[in-house]
Amino acid sequence: MATESLTLGKALNAGLRRALDRDPKVVIMGEDVGKLGGVFRITDGLQKDFGEDRVIDTPLAESGIIGTAVGLALRGYRPVCEIQFDGFVYPAYDQIVSQVAKMHYRSRGMVRLPIVIRIPFGGGIGAVEHHSESPEAYFAHTPGLKVVTCSNPSDGYTMIQQAIASDDPIVFLEPKRRYWEKGEVDAEAEAYPLHSARVARPGTDVTVVAYGPMVRTALDAATAAAEDGRELEVIDLRSLSPLDLGPVHESVRRTGRCVVVHEAPSNVGLGAEIAARVTEECFYSLESPVLRVTGFDTPYPAARVEEEYLPDLDRVLDAVDRTYGW
Amino acid sequence: MARDDDTLVQLLTPDGERVDRAVGPDGVEYSVDLTDAEYRGFYRDLVTVRRLDAEATALQRQGELGIWASLLGQEAAQVGSGRALRPQDMVFPTYREHGVLYCRGIDPIMPLSLFRGVDQGAWDPIETRCGMYTIVIGAQTLHATGYAMGIAMDGKVGGDDGEAAIAYFGDGATSQGDVNEAFIWSAVYTAPVVFFCQNNQYAISEPIERQTRVPLYQRAAGFGFPGVRVDGNDVLASYAVTRHALDHARSGQGPTLIEAYTYRMGAHTTSDDPSRYRPPAEAEAWRSRDPIARLAAFLGRQQIADETFFAEVDEQARTEAVRLRERVLTMPDPAPDSIFDNVYPHGSPLVDGERERFNAYRKSFEGSAH
Repeated sequence: MATESLTLGKALNAGLRRALDRDPKVVIMGEDVGKLGGVFRITDGLQKDFGEDRVIDTPLAESGIIGTAVGLALRGYRPVCEIQFDGFVYPAYDQIVSQVAKMHYRSRGMVRLPIVIRIPFGGGIGAVEHHSESPEAYFAHTPGLKVVTCSNPSDGYTMIQQAIASDDPIVFLEPKRRYWEKGEVDAEAEAYPLHSARVARPGTDVTVVAYGPMVRTALDAATAAAEDGRELEVIDLRSLSPLDLGPVHESVRRTGRCVVVHEAPSNVGLGAEIAARVTEECFYSLESPVLRVTGFDTPYPAARVEEEYLPDLDRVLDAVDRTYGW
Repeated sequence: MARDDDTLVQLLTPDGERVDRAVGPDGVEYSVDLTDAEYRGFYRDLVTVRRLDAEATALQRQGELGIWASLLGQEAAQVGSGRALRPQDMVFPTYREHGVLYCRGIDPIMPLSLFRGVDQGAWDPIETRCGMYTIVIGAQTLHATGYAMGIAMDGKVGGDDGEAAIAYFGDGATSQGDVNEAFIWSAVYTAPVVFFCQNNQYAISEPIERQTRVPLYQRAAGFGFPGVRVDGNDVLASYAVTRHALDHARSGQGPTLIEAYTYRMGAHTTSDDPSRYRPPAEAEAWRSRDPIARLAAFLGRQQIADETFFAEVDEQARTEAVRLRERVLTMPDPAPDSIFDNVYPHGSPLVDGERERFNAYRKSFEGSAH
């Protein structure tokens, strides 16, 4: 496969396939990942081609998925766990933060747990409760874990392979409402470091920081703002822990204005961290405070009102306007 | 909850009478055929782990350890099961398995460094084939199950070089979701794993009646694998039952739940006070089932060991304890910036940056009066 137009879902599937193909120690495990190919079909066809020992349908218990992955990793395997939906990860939370995150530290480096925990996350698909959440801050707050998210098919294809090849335990968040969006995927493209932010659209007036599903929203806002003569620079973080804020700082020093966008509630969210660090690093360059555009501090609402909850193009533009108010 | 003693597998009565063979609830016959040297070896292990444990308790009382979880009373369950392991087997302990570690050949200083706070129990789990102590109750049963799935996937069951995993936990852990998930997983994947539950009757202050309404070993039936209750104060029975379960696992027949029926003679840890929650007569009754006294009675009666041997074992255990004490007292504290070591295998800009600032800050005090 050279360059090909794929949906994010298919790109992730291709990346997983390549990882299974390259390393016999890679195993995929989760609920319905085998015959069904996952509820979003991200593992479609993989069990058929790699067998039931490589693509393992598990009992319906998330702590069990992660806990047994720890044992498999100790045995030399590289488990890729699928958690079916964001809101289902909490039963596994103890295994992730108390065991997976800490074993390398506790063992003074003698144990490595190269586990990837894939979680389709975020809203916008009209789902019922527990199917639309953004739990990234819980994991980004935990030392020993790394947290990444892709926003487009090309990154999805590359990043999933990098995450699986990494010796770190990685929470890999997949923006589920972007699964069906297409983009060019170049299988031969040169890989970039997994934990590196990218400038998704260059601009001169306001730095808009986003990740995962909100990158598309931020880019749409930038297109709209350009019609009004404002050039937004959109930065796709890709990595949420560790944060790669170098490109953000560099951008804010030029633009003097910064808006952070995410779906998760604002209180103690990633936006607060980013705002604090940008303020510390770029204090004398800032024309206005760093603003956040986020979900509200409520549980994720019912589907019929989720569009009110989710940051959209207008709320991003409104925040951009407000940065000019100081 | 009924004691249900009829089903207790026992090969050595509390008076030290040898039972030739015992039949478990599943109809399996258990017996041991040990040499005199092996019997004496069991005795030496029991005395040594009790003596080292007593030393650790004393060290805690003297302020040298932050806390200690004593194994007093559970020596037979730990030595019996620990000696049943083969070198290729993998152990997943909780935080009280000092006797299992000892049988595994792990330096007794290792758990002490955890309780003293100089590290977090960092022996090499791969090299020693013994996982680190797990403090979150029951979490390691899933690790053992996953590891056992890996054994099966590696094709290391069924043959002479067959491997098995064993998970240790207490009665309180059986209430945890993770333990029940481990039972389900191990059953459906026929994983070569043994679940060794030391039912010491209390989860800190909560009696077994607060964990279950049925004998714990009976739970296995609901998950589809054998469960057996063994006299956990009988080192021979603990050995026989564990050896059988490990063979069962390594031959590809899947998991077994062993409930080692025993009693924690001391506190849960040095932080609690059993007199608040246990009637004194209860511990007294269990004292008559002491695992060391009963093996000593057997060895003496059978003329397998004499007073000279018993005295020599005591002296050896004392010497080991003194050496352990000296080593604990001279254990160096870790370097301050070791806080930042090994958070990630290949580092992280966040942590590496914090280390730099931390060291610069500390350096700023150099040469000052502080």
